[in-house]
Amino acid sequence: MAFFGLLGGEAAASDAAIEAAALRSDRFRQEREGDWKRLEAIVTRMEAGRWRRLSDEDVLALPVLYRTVASSLSVARETSLDSATLAYLEALVQRAWFLVYGPRTTLAGWLARFLGGEWSRAVRAIWPELLVAFAVMAAGTLVGWLLVSSDPDWYYALVPGQFQDARVPGATREVLQGTLFGSAQDDGLSMFAAYLFSHNAGVAIMCFALGFAFGVPPLLLLVQNTATLGAMVWLYHDKGLATDFIGWLSIHGTTELLAILLAGAAGLHVGRSMAFPGTRGVMQAVAEAGQRAAVVMAGVVLMLVVAGMLEGFGRQLVDDTTGRYIIGYSMLAIWLAYFFAFRRTPSGSEAA
Amino acid sequence: MSVGAASMTAKIDRRRVMITPEGIALPVMVGSRGSRLGALLLDLLFIVVLMISTTLLLAYLGSGVDDLRSEALAKGDKAVARASEFLVVLWIAVMFLFRHAYFLFFELGPRGTTPGKRLTGLRIAARDGGRLTTEMVLARNLLRDIELFLPVAMIVTNSGADNMGAAGVAATVWFLVFGLFPFFNRDRLRAGDLVAGTWVVEAPRRKLEAVLSTTPTAASGHSAATGAQYRFGEAELAVYGEFELQTLERVLRENRPEALVAVHTAICRKIGWEPGAGDERAFLEAYYTQLRARLESGMRLGQRKADKHG
Repeated sequence: MAFFGLLGGEAAASDAAIEAAALRSDRFRQEREGDWKRLEAIVTRMEAGRWRRLSDEDVLALPVLYRTVASSLSVARETSLDSATLAYLEALVQRAWFLVYGPRTTLAGWLARFLGGEWSRAVRAIWPELLVAFAVMAAGTLVGWLLVSSDPDWYYALVPGQFQDARVPGATREVLQGTLFGSAQDDGLSMFAAYLFSHNAGVAIMCFALGFAFGVPPLLLLVQNTATLGAMVWLYHDKGLATDFIGWLSIHGTTELLAILLAGAAGLHVGRSMAFPGTRGVMQAVAEAGQRAAVVMAGVVLMLVVAGMLEGFGRQLVDDTTGRYIIGYSMLAIWLAYFFAFRRTPSGSEAA
Repeated sequence: MSVGAASMTAKIDRRRVMITPEGIALPVMVGSRGSRLGALLLDLLFIVVLMISTTLLLAYLGSGVDDLRSEALAKGDKAVARASEFLVVLWIAVMFLFRHAYFLFFELGPRGTTPGKRLTGLRIAARDGGRLTTEMVLARNLLRDIELFLPVAMIVTNSGADNMGAAGVAATVWFLVFGLFPFFNRDRLRAGDLVAGTWVVEAPRRKLEAVLSTTPTAASGHSAATGAQYRFGEAELAVYGEFELQTLERVLRENRPEALVAVHTAICRKIGWEPGAGDERAFLEAYYTQLRARLESGMRLGQRKADKHG
């Protein structure tokens, strides 16, 4: 232990000397530690979900403190080798970053912005896919019609069993007419509407989500659903009931088919960005398309609520063809006007 | 040891750097597949519990309404019939919301994470380091429907039969394709994350540790126990770099006597001092502080020394 005595005779260091001898990076930490601790306290309370107990002052201070601590981190990385402090700052900045750059809108605020222009803008942004989806749906209807008119046996292949109760080739005009009118008993309508909504929303979400497979499955779904439609139109047309059938369908169908068209187009949009990402990376292209399509889809679910109500209540309560046409096509006009004529950019929009 | 080494490699493998909008590079740890599966199972459990309890509650209310209904029908009162219908509508709506809105509600909420993820220490974040938007959360959760709910529903309906039909097999393949998706990309993205531009990362939590270099011994190099004064020369400090400094910091923080002795001996040997005994901590604190001071002043001049070889 000889070497211990080398400089041992010096006087014990005073507090001032300690302060002077302390590393520059430690003085840096001591000066800023208060801010760090305050940010940590705010973040901890926010993470625990205790927003109510935060003062307005703290909420306002969050972004400022976040930037202060982030700059502390930048400086510390260049000047300090205290790895515990660096790790603490990195974790703290990340926690605050989650809060500062988290989804900050309330549901109501988002809804207002969504209805106030973002939805219609997202719909307009996928117009090429809308055209494709529309063409596919028209083609599907035509194919269904042509197949069944060439050979009525196709009807059983195209129309799912639940619609084959009385609505089969060879049924009399009266039977078919009975399926369109006169079910004006109002028991269980809201139940029916809720069921239809939940079912159709499932189909539409699937239509969108399958776009993931390069957009092929949405096309198939669109063709399959509209071929059913074409086959049924043929059946009623055959008995001279086409106008009434279209009225029966239109009251909710304009909304519902438009919603399915949007869902299919949204799916195609994701699929297209995957197959043809353009100059961006595939991942980035898919993420951008996915977010745009998600906005469209939120609207689709909303439209299906409306369609379910029209189908469950409107169709049963409005029992004449003219009324059904008026309701169905005014709904269509309203949707189209909203999507294509309503061009307001909402303020404070999140998406670029 | 090999297990420890494997988990260490897995940890390094999950490290990513994310650039915040301020241009600061933050290290993030991508959530492990195991904890994500755990989070999902927890959330599903919560959903099922919520669904069952709501169903039971509504059924209880419904049975009450039914009793009233038979009385009311005798009197020709239609309002009660409507009440039970309303309960069914409510049930359908609530089931729809539990299935589709549970994840949305929590991921859009102030905590930005579902209860299951919170319990397993996970969060979702935008992959590009920017703001996590409502659109992203919507997109990643819409995809969840085809990744999980749809194929599972198909498997369940098809497994009722003795032999699983083609649809059952297709659904199983489908389920596996999406279920194994996180195994086929670096960032453990599921299909929904890919489409939404998000990823799932570990939520960090760290306490601010005490400063080692400001204790009286560390700052002055003066040992209170032995009265020795440690002052190291340029040549004695020049042998080590930042890596050794961090190791020394860890040893001091863990403060295990045998590790302190071992490191003390190693340093003394390296710098040509005679290792003593009984005052290791004071020696190491002083050495740590002076080594750090030297390396940090080098840093300010743009000279960094990564380790003893550098």
